[in-house]
Amino acid sequence: MNPADENRTAQVLAREIHERCLSYGRPLRLMEVCGTHTMAIAESGIKSLLPDNLQLVSGPGCPVCVTEKVFIDQALETGRRYDACLVTFGDLVRVPGSSGSLAGFRSEGGSVRVVYSPLDAIEIAAKGAPRPVVFLGVGFETTVPTVAATVKVAKTRGVTNLFVLPAFKTIHRPLEVLAAKVDLHGFLLPGHVSAILGSDCYRYLVTDYGKPGVVAGFEPLDILVALRDLVTLAASGSPDIVNDYRRVVRPAGNPTAQATIYEVFEEADASWRGLGLIPGSGLKFRPEYASFDATTRLQVEVPPAKDDPRCLCAAILTGSRTPDKCGLFGRECTPEEPVGPCMVSSEGTCAAYYKYGLAAGR
Amino acid sequence: MCLAVPMKLIEITGEGTGRVDSGGVSTDVSLAMVPHARVGDYIIIHAGFGIEVLDREEAQIRIDLFRELAEATAHLEEA
Ligand code: SF4
Repeated sequence: MNPADENRTAQVLAREIHERCLSYGRPLRLMEVCGTHTMAIAESGIKSLLPDNLQLVSGPGCPVCVTEKVFIDQALETGRRYDACLVTFGDLVRVPGSSGSLAGFRSEGGSVRVVYSPLDAIEIAAKGAPRPVVFLGVGFETTVPTVAATVKVAKTRGVTNLFVLPAFKTIHRPLEVLAAKVDLHGFLLPGHVSAILGSDCYRYLVTDYGKPGVVAGFEPLDILVALRDLVTLAASGSPDIVNDYRRVVRPAGNPTAQATIYEVFEEADASWRGLGLIPGSGLKFRPEYASFDATTRLQVEVPPAKDDPRCLCAAILTGSRTPDKCGLFGRECTPEEPVGPCMVSSEGTCAAYYKYGLAAGR
Repeated sequence: MCLAVPMKLIEITGEGTGRVDSGGVSTDVSLAMVPHARVGDYIIIHAGFGIEVLDREEAQIRIDLFRELAEATAHLEEA
């Protein structure tokens, strides 16, 4: 489609959203669960097209943002104590722990390798043996199968110096916590998590909480279509789950990826920044793969970590505050010198507000 | 972090591995999670893995829908 047609389509969709919000008459608060959506929405300027009574808030779907500070502390301590090479996705490198970040660890002479794929960690381990190589396992269901598949390959190849420090999160339990909130009226559901899990798995939003959800793609028009459908559902009073990313998301998801996750990992409790401990919202190694578990094979002791009390990330990750309400935003806390994870992650809500100068309260 | 992009599968390079291309840039990926992928398919790539195969019919339906919406407004603009 040419840009002019794209523009026209966006206008039609925006008009439909306005009409539906107008006839509904009351305020609507919808949450985009996924951090990649947060970034796409900010980048495309979609919020400027929305009516005043429609508020779009960001959710907990930025993996780096919901990772607790103590995880960084644990990673650094593992690196120090075992002279381990820490392998990570780039997003995590500048996240501040209690005493420094991975970037700081590297500048002290520690070994930190940024990879695009977890598979790269296998080569790093093979070349560096017997030095321990620890992959920092952060991510949701989109990323977990890639790490699980990597672990399976490592097992087959007999790589014994590769470990994973798991802080994985799964989406359903926190979504239930959020769905129970009366001031959230519907959910823009994560496209690529849904590619793995399918669009059918969110029925509980409707049956248990009476809330609608729409699975959305990541192009600006994908997001507008999904918002139109979500507004329609929320205003109609008859909630449903709609899949607007059918070119990628199947009703039952990707069964091979799901099987890969649960061959290597099993359900565990997990602690979320902003939401606290949520039973059954994380993953740990199954006994058959315990030899890859850095938590037990490379044990470290770290004290509980305190968050900067002025940082509002916790409230931002649950949609109850916007970054402009934080006193540090843009002053003490910037993408260059981040205080909290919502500023450091490229898909964090504070980073999005900062980069795109989003208007207050929207 | 859940960023994933469609790339065209141009070659099966081994058991469960393939080469994908986007705008002339090609890279090797694991097809372990998309065993049904065929050369010519568009694969959704995340962290070096294919996580799903793009459904072309659905992709076309989407484009047709957007085009209809655009044409409807174009008519209004002319009127
Ligand atoms: S601006 Fe910085 S300190 Fe404030 S909430 Fe966001 S990340 Fe935390």
